[in-house]
Amino acid sequence: MNQITEQLLKEVSDYNGEFKGAYNIREDGGCVGRQSTEHIQIVSKEDGSGIEIHIAPQTKGEKVFIPACVTRSNVSDLVYNDFFVGEGADVTIVAGCGIHADNEGEAKHNGIHRFYLEKGARVLYQEKHLGTGKGKAFRRIDPVTDAYLKEDAYLEMDTVQLGGVDSTVRKTAAKLDARAKLIVRERIMTNGEDRAKTDFVVEMNGDDAAVDLISRSVARGNSYQEFDSVIKGNSRCHGHSECDAILVDQGRVLASPALEAANLDAELIHEAAIGKIAGEQIIKLQTLGLTEEEAQEMIISGFLK
Amino acid sequence: MLTLEHIAWDIPDGENIIQDISYTVGEGKLIVVTGPNGGGKTSLAKLIAGLEKPTSGRILFDGEDITDMDITGRAKKGIAYAFQQPVRFKGLLVRDLLDLAAGEKLTESKLCVLLEKVGLCAREYIGREINAGLSGGEMKRIEIATVLARKAKLSIFDEPEAGIDLWSFSKLVETFQDIQREQEGTLLIISHQERILEIADEIVVIAKGKVRTHGPKDEILPELLAGEKRAACPLEKK
Repeated sequence: MNQITEQLLKEVSDYNGEFKGAYNIREDGGCVGRQSTEHIQIVSKEDGSGIEIHIAPQTKGEKVFIPACVTRSNVSDLVYNDFFVGEGADVTIVAGCGIHADNEGEAKHNGIHRFYLEKGARVLYQEKHLGTGKGKAFRRIDPVTDAYLKEDAYLEMDTVQLGGVDSTVRKTAAKLDARAKLIVRERIMTNGEDRAKTDFVVEMNGDDAAVDLISRSVARGNSYQEFDSVIKGNSRCHGHSECDAILVDQGRVLASPALEAANLDAELIHEAAIGKIAGEQIIKLQTLGLTEEEAQEMIISGFLK
Repeated sequence: MLTLEHIAWDIPDGENIIQDISYTVGEGKLIVVTGPNGGGKTSLAKLIAGLEKPTSGRILFDGEDITDMDITGRAKKGIAYAFQQPVRFKGLLVRDLLDLAAGEKLTESKLCVLLEKVGLCAREYIGREINAGLSGGEMKRIEIATVLARKAKLSIFDEPEAGIDLWSFSKLVETFQDIQREQEGTLLIISHQERILEIADEIVVIAKGKVRTHGPKDEILPELLAGEKRAACPLEKK
């Protein structure tokens, strides 16, 4: 792998010279490193469009790393990653994406992730997106995630995008069977002329399925964000979404949460709040010795932690 | 150490909240400010901490004129202020705020000692977000702990008793007494609680934006307690 990839990996997937566990490293549309383990097999798709990750039933405590990096302009990378998580497995999947582009042109990564969680499988999915580089190059990341959770499966998605990505459209769709649970924690910060759109559609089809969707975002500079979510309750289930956004400078945020209940026992709740940092929060931190600017940065970094 | 000279303060619509307050707080003293609701006590605390600027008058701290100094400047000089209504922060942890207040990364044992002073167990609280998940009483105690963590020259507490259970309140009174005994700083406490009034070196009664009366606790407290038994509030007398 090249030096830019190595640097990006440190930022987006806690790479420290090696990955402990199964991994597949993607650079500018090609594979520059792969390792399977006894319980986790990573294989190329027959049509060459991406990879399949097969996690054996009852695999416990293992990690899979599938970072993707684009290190120059005029690369448009599209990849399909399918995860088959066996019954009763309990694993962590780390999927960072780093885009580096200098000068002009566009650098783009499109990761299509499909998760098939068998009964009782548990997955912690961590994803960090980052754009770096100088000049007018346009950095774009458009991830698509489809998740299918069978009975008692549990998927926790922890996604972070804190800067350098000019445009992102993130689509996440999930279908949950009985007692399956999906937790999504999304944090986004945009600046300058950045655009970010997130789109969630979650269907709960089995009794006692649950989803908890928490989005925290900061829109600075002249950036614009859109948050769309649809939670559908087709069974006795519990759905909660919470969208909090802080505006700084001329930032704009449009939040359109939707709830659709098709069962008398579907409990669906949405909370949303958009606004500037509360003046009293700044004042409190000033009384502890911070300047107004330091207080603002501390509030934002805490909010997005 | 703190001198208020003819302090007056009007709110933007012109209403006169603080009329003409002159008072000197002695080094290492425990001063309790009391008086009827709406009399100007919290406004006075905010003027001292720099949250509001006086319309006229001067504030001197350790001999330096701080009237035009901002909140941050006053905090760095050694003024700490515990809000009457604590502020919540999504994402910041109790530990983050206490570290910030102390100016260092506190060890778990130091956090334990600090939170114990307000009746909280560090293990249960340091990792919690300062958000709506904490009750009013918990928030109030964490707010007080942030000010104790500062070990400031002058610490101002605005109704520290509000919303706190009896056991935690007893711990807090002991903590104030420790600071007083060890001469670890000057305390200015706004309170209506008899147990706090009892530990004061000096009591200041503020009503209608003025100092109604002030003096050593032994002089002022009996008068206040006697007033409780009368039909009319003694603080309202001309």
